[in-house]
Amino acid sequence: FSFFNISPVQWLVQVGASAGKALPQRVKIVEVGPRDGLQNEKTLVPTEVKIHLIDMLSEAGLPVIEATSFVSPEWVPQMADQVEVMKGINRRPGVSYPVLTPNLKGFQAAVKAGAAEVAIFGAASELFSKKNINCSVDESLQRFEEVTKAAKEAGVRVRGYVSCVLGCPYEGQVSPDKVAQVAKRLYSMGCYEISLGDTIGVGTPGGMAELLEAVSREVPVDALAVHCHDTYGQALANILIALQMGISVVDSSVAGLGGCPYAQGASGNVATEDVVYMLHGLGIQTGVDLPKLMDAGAFICRSLNRKTSSKVAQATCKL
Amino acid sequence: MGNFPTTVKHCLSYEELIQDYPWLARWLQEEKRALTHEYPEYVKIVEVGPRDGLQNEKEMVPTGVKIQLIDMLSETGLPVIEATSFVSSKWVPQMADHTEVLQAIHRSSHVRYPVLTPNMHGFQDAVAAGATEVAVFGSASETFSRKNINCSIDESILRFEEVICTAKQRQIPVRGYVSCALGCPYEGPIESTKVAEVVKRLYELGCYEVSLGDTIGVGTPGSMAKMLHSVKKEVPSSALAVHCHDTYGQALANILTALQMGICTVDSSVAGLGGCPYAQGASGNVSTEDVLYMLHGMGIKTGVDLSKVIEAGDFICKALNRKTNSKVAQARAQCGYN
Repeated sequence: FSFFNISPVQWLVQVGASAGKALPQRVKIVEVGPRDGLQNEKTLVPTEVKIHLIDMLSEAGLPVIEATSFVSPEWVPQMADQVEVMKGINRRPGVSYPVLTPNLKGFQAAVKAGAAEVAIFGAASELFSKKNINCSVDESLQRFEEVTKAAKEAGVRVRGYVSCVLGCPYEGQVSPDKVAQVAKRLYSMGCYEISLGDTIGVGTPGGMAELLEAVSREVPVDALAVHCHDTYGQALANILIALQMGISVVDSSVAGLGGCPYAQGASGNVATEDVVYMLHGLGIQTGVDLPKLMDAGAFICRSLNRKTSSKVAQATCKL
Repeated sequence: MGNFPTTVKHCLSYEELIQDYPWLARWLQEEKRALTHEYPEYVKIVEVGPRDGLQNEKEMVPTGVKIQLIDMLSETGLPVIEATSFVSSKWVPQMADHTEVLQAIHRSSHVRYPVLTPNMHGFQDAVAAGATEVAVFGSASETFSRKNINCSIDESILRFEEVICTAKQRQIPVRGYVSCALGCPYEGPIESTKVAEVVKRLYELGCYEVSLGDTIGVGTPGSMAKMLHSVKKEVPSSALAVHCHDTYGQALANILTALQMGICTVDSSVAGLGGCPYAQGASGNVSTEDVLYMLHGMGIKTGVDLSKVIEAGDFICKALNRKTNSKVAQARAQCGYN
């Protein structure tokens, strides 16, 4: 075995290491602008605007577009027109339009309105769970089990979210093992994919790597996604590390819609345009047409009368 | 693997091996974790706000404000602060007070204060004003060189040779910059071998360090890795720095890539001062605060106190009557829980 002038063990390790370091060839973008984005915008958006935004995003080639949320309009007035939006959008073949369903009631309403995929939101922090949805993490998981059972019977796919994976606005540091536990439960309940959310954007690449190592021991990496917030400007670096660790599903929001509810004036979701720019620059396929995506971003910013949070959108070369 | 027999290729195929020996995958994962991503223990931050930052701000900044900014930055632990530029005040009015600034700042013994010197004239003025380190600016793009400093790359390097030689005699260290390392506003993509050529020339002439500038911020981790791969063949990593612009939001990801490739010097600008002169309204320099947040979060030492940098950023933004470009500064201003 003297071809390469190194020992077989060294060679194997190098091959394995480089195979592990290889970036995915294709990344699935989960566009959360119309739901997560708009939900965190102060201005109430007319239904037709929401529908048009989703239609433009469908045209831009995004494979998954989170359309709305079947949560009580008392809590989230922005999503009160949930049924109208679901029925009004032009569903492109091959594109998935998941909707949030916090409980069985929401799930039933969603299915009635034509939803083919739903999403449930867990938290890795007890305090966050109590403050956000008024119950402990365990109680919330029990609620979700009702949803996943019903979804299985109805043949509806369920996506799970875990929030506060890299830090909590109340508890501060969050243990990667706790995140792994919650992710594992959601996965064994039947969620086909678990999106790990850096809810307050405090994570950095070191923490992201540690987190993913812990979670990927419990849930296959193919079933994981990252949902990074750009509140501290760390999102793209965190996404890059995640890609290097085998993640190939990334959540983002057109124009970086959705500020951080815990830091007024600070940014929240990472901008889809900026993520796509990086991925395409890396030679990774996404199926997304960046100019069309930017059109959708420009449209929603005009309607919201706000500037885009996407740096790619802001950069129009004078030359 | 061209000439190997198929049977051997089969043995050397990772995928085949994993099928036959499933335990191998887990073992390799562990080995991979040990090998993956060795980051530098320490990263040197070169603060370019007072020069590169202010030079690209529309508002004229009073000399007193510049001096106070530099003094505040000197207290943060930053090891290098680019103080000013000895360029003709006709071209860069913002830097017209170069001598005054250099002479009035309170120079901390732990900090170096390089100044830009585009030619011998500037170099002599800088030395007369007390400069102890200078910087020269080359370009990897011919068109950019001609449009920016009115001469070809070769001609500019001849100019710098004079400066570098004289500086060497006086034992004044010289830092080199190469702009358009990842793309040019006129030529588009730039060949990484061309970048390597220019970097090598500056290094061989005597620059102790060469900073690779993504002038219009178009680079992504892919192009950064490619460029560094070429450059590292000619110049040791310890003599390289990255100067990333955040015009397309890619700066931190690009810096992370550079760190993974052994670079341990990063240029940045407090509050992200300095827009992009080629894309109106777009951002330019990456914010020092955001870079520090990432590095510290990764356990990488810098010696810099982030809160003090945020304070300096607040000060200059108030003086410029503008919002900070730093996301960390924006978040800290509102959150308060960190």
